[in-house]
Amino acid sequence: MNIIVCLKQTFDTEAKIELKDGEIATQGIKHIINPYDEFAVEEALKIKEAQGGEVTVISVGDDQAQEALRQALAMGADKAMLVKNPQGDEYAVAKVLAKAVAGMEYDLILGGHVAIDDGSGQVATRLAQELDLPQVNVVTKLELKDGQAECTREIEGGSEIVETPLPAVVTCQKGLNEPRYPSLKGIMQAKKKELKQVTPEELGVEVEKQVEILEIFLPPKKEAGKIIEGEAEEAGKELVRLLKEEAKVI
Amino acid sequence: MAIWVIAEQRDGELKKVSLEMLSKGQELAEELGTELEAVLIGDEIEGLADSLAAYGAAKVYVAEDEELGTYSSEGYSQVISELIEENEPDAVFFGHTAFGKDLAPRVAQKAGAGMVSDITAVEVEADQLVFTRPIYAGKAFTKSKVLSKPVVATFRPNVQDLGEAAETSANIETVDVDLADIRAKVKEVKQQSGGRVLLTEADIIVSGGRGMKGPENFDILEQMADVLGAAVGASRAAVDAGWREHQYQVGQTGKTVSPTLYIACGISGAIQHLAGMSSSKYIAAINKDEEANIFNMADYGIVNDLFKVVPVLTEEFKKVL
Ligand SMILES: Cc1cc2nc3c(=O)[nH]c(=O)nc-3n(C[C@H](O)[C@H](O)[C@H](O)COP(=O)(O)OP(=O)(O)OC[C@H]3O[C@@H](n4cnc5c(N)ncnc54)[C@H](O)[C@@H]3O)c2cc1C
Ligand SMILES: Cc1cc2nc3c(=O)[nH]c(=O)nc-3n(C[C@H](O)[C@H](O)[C@H](O)COP(=O)(O)OP(=O)(O)OC[C@H]3O[C@@H](n4cnc5c(N)ncnc54)[C@H](O)[C@@H]3O)c2cc1C
Repeated sequence: MNIIVCLKQTFDTEAKIELKDGEIATQGIKHIINPYDEFAVEEALKIKEAQGGEVTVISVGDDQAQEALRQALAMGADKAMLVKNPQGDEYAVAKVLAKAVAGMEYDLILGGHVAIDDGSGQVATRLAQELDLPQVNVVTKLELKDGQAECTREIEGGSEIVETPLPAVVTCQKGLNEPRYPSLKGIMQAKKKELKQVTPEELGVEVEKQVEILEIFLPPKKEAGKIIEGEAEEAGKELVRLLKEEAKVI
Repeated sequence: MAIWVIAEQRDGELKKVSLEMLSKGQELAEELGTELEAVLIGDEIEGLADSLAAYGAAKVYVAEDEELGTYSSEGYSQVISELIEENEPDAVFFGHTAFGKDLAPRVAQKAGAGMVSDITAVEVEADQLVFTRPIYAGKAFTKSKVLSKPVVATFRPNVQDLGEAAETSANIETVDVDLADIRAKVKEVKQQSGGRVLLTEADIIVSGGRGMKGPENFDILEQMADVLGAAVGASRAAVDAGWREHQYQVGQTGKTVSPTLYIACGISGAIQHLAGMSSSKYIAAINKDEEANIFNMADYGIVNDLFKVVPVLTEEFKKVL
């Protein structure tokens, strides 16, 4: 079973977001593997351990994204590829990823259901369409047998069991597994593993972006609200009165 | 030339977000001087077309087929993609729900189109749609426009106002369906909502955190929620402790919610929790620590023991509702 994992490097979840010249300031920010992509790496490794095969991690990003790929290699992935200095939007990233995997042999492509920075939740599904593969999103349980995948996926107020032939694109959600930490041995071995770097030009893909960001802005600072004084009984009554008469929400 | 709303229905019931998109879509269509139309897909669903017309759809494309009785990404996207190719709408709107998130990127890529996800606002500027959406879990926002045609967008539920329903019947265009092989198929659907409103659609959410001290204490939140017709959410601390299931988690790695009122009980207000609920219209917090970060967000705060305050609230809500 050969598995490709799409992996995006993102800001740490604690990162304080500031603007500099109208762009998100990246200085002093700690970077991590997108948490959902970490579930994808772990799942790929578990499948490999059970059934054999190879795990390849791919990222579209800048030089720094090498760290994230190295970490996945240290967890146990076999090979990594970085497509450097991309331009553009989700449409473009999906096109680039499709080209990057075109020459590879794979049975399954895993990714996160959303990246916690841009958070559009588009890239993996766009990639599935680009490769004309079936996709199952927001998966919390994945079982493979006889060239089929049985996936439990989250929907509003419940779940769905979806069955699909392989190859397919599956995006991971919390609950699927507990990602491992890289071992010291893993970290040592990762240094020797292949981390191929290519550019979109070398892949022969040139794409125009379809979405233009006009402005980035920070949300207006919320004024701290009213603290309601008094004992529980009094304060409770007052809160209900305010919700009814002032906020008019009940 | 038209704005399309892809209607979402489950078990023959329309999702509120579809009607919200129509209400907003009607305004936008007027401003742009174009038509508002809806697409309805499923099995035995034609009866729903009138509701779509009532909220402003001048025409409803209805694709009915037994194979479309259960949702499939490939089947539904094929129907929509063929319709787009034939009719060339200017914009296609989906709800940012499990359905829309699964379908919209597939449709967009097929059309070679750009898409803006999880939008919280849209306006017309210089004859173009400009979308506002949160990034970094609401720590920043972008305004963007889509350069392709069609423009694809997914709308966050519960953010757009619902207009008035008109008394009208639908102008229906029946769509011929000839599905290719569908590979990924839904075998089973497990609903777990137990009759309560869904978190992502709820007008009022009552949420509990580590301050609830144990799973059994969520009963007092359930009782308050029953009185309010509210949904019950939880912080990750409560979920990780095994007190609530993950699907009720609000936050960066849980659900994003936009209710009119969010009542946070025993929740400290960690950045990852705020990420999921900061777009609530009103926030009320009960926490015994006056330094808790949630009070920086809350419109109304009570510094006290939640076990004393929540029962009072429940009784008071009963009186005024
Ligand atoms: C140099 C640069 C320029 C950009 N310019 C624009 C622009 O002009 N307009 C615009 O709208 N956006 C722009 N972006 C943002 C870009 O569109 C998104 O960051 C990117 O498409 C990923 O979308 P997302 O973060 O929402 O991922 P999601 O769609 O939420 O990610 C879902 C999953 O897809 C996979 N995935 C996503 N991104 C990658 C990746 N890069 N590598 C590998 N796997 C991935 C992961 O498995 C991830 O969990 C730019 C980004 C870069 C790096
Ligand atoms: C990658 C990542 C993702 C995360 N995603 C999420 C997410 O999606 N959602 C989320 O919620 N968190 C998330 N977290 C966790 C987050 O950082 C916090 O740990 C979590 O939100 C804390 O939950 P809490 O407020 O319930 O608990 P605590 O921070 O422990 O707060 C409990 C509060 O209850 C109060 N309290 C105690 N007893 C009482 C009482 N009797 N009456 C009144 N008040 C009382 C205390 O004063 C305290 O303020 C994430 C963290 C990481 C690193």
